Amino acid sequence: MKARVHVMLKEGVLDPQGEAVRHALCTLGFSGVTGVRQGKVIELDLTQTDRAKAQAEVAQMCEKLLANTVIESYRVELI
Amino acid sequence: MRAAVITFPGSNCDRDLACAFAALGAEVVRVWHKDTALPAGIDIVGIPGGFSYGDYLRCGAIAAQAPIMRAVAGFAAGGGYVLGICNGFQVLTESGLLPGALMRNAGLKFICRSVDLRVEAHDCAFLAGWDHGAIVSLPIAHHDGNYTADDATLARLRAEDRVALRYVSNPNGSCDDIAGVLSENRRVLGMMPHPERAIDPAQGGADGRALFAAVCESLLSV
Repeated sequence: MKARVHVMLKEGVLDPQGEAVRHALCTLGFSGVTGVRQGKVIELDLTQTDRAKAQAEVAQMCEKLLANTVIESYRVELI
Repeated sequence: MRAAVITFPGSNCDRDLACAFAALGAEVVRVWHKDTALPAGIDIVGIPGGFSYGDYLRCGAIAAQAPIMRAVAGFAAGGGYVLGICNGFQVLTESGLLPGALMRNAGLKFICRSVDLRVEAHDCAFLAGWDHGAIVSLPIAHHDGNYTADDATLARLRAEDRVALRYVSNPNGSCDDIAGVLSENRRVLGMMPHPERAIDPAQGGADGRALFAAVCESLLSV
């Protein structure tokens, strides 16, 4: 089983990189972009075959390492 | 007084930090990140600047999980002194020994220059060599020094007098101009500026010397 983890800065945490990307898009003429948030996608190959267990294990991985929950939120997708 | 200085793959201020402790009379033991215990009789642990594990995932995130950090956490829990500088500060926030997080500089650029800092906290062994409110000049060299914490944490840091140092002119977007914070027991200090790069006038300034002098003196008298 594969898990895909999406890590994003929490709402309310300023994202200077996203803001720089938005400026660059404006410069390219894409004037309709009012906000950009940049995050990470992490794909994991798992030996676990039980979906519920996999979900719980990956959530633990996020809490302990993959996300810094002081500033980031995460979402786990099993595929 | 015995100081342990930890080296992770990618640390690059470990020797400078060891030299700074040694210059003020400490016996320095270099410790490798894969070690699982600190040497006996250690009074203070120094976590140096650099780019541990290439800043992969997040600055300090992988180093915070290194085998030696479990021993450092135990040492801190037992009242031991820990000084984390630059990447060392990032390691301390990632390992939960200090609150908050260090994000990308607001201006997105790596900043490498000396900055003025105001000494803010009272009753702290690391800061005892400076007058409260004094302005000191120390080098910064970082890409991710933008200190961030939620409002409740910031309020608590202020109420408990745990903001050790503030930037006089904020270079990186840090909340509340914070350049360094203390743990609840005031024995763990994390700071982005580099006092170890300012211990001799030949380095362009010696304002950092007082920090090492104060902590060495305080630990010698214990």
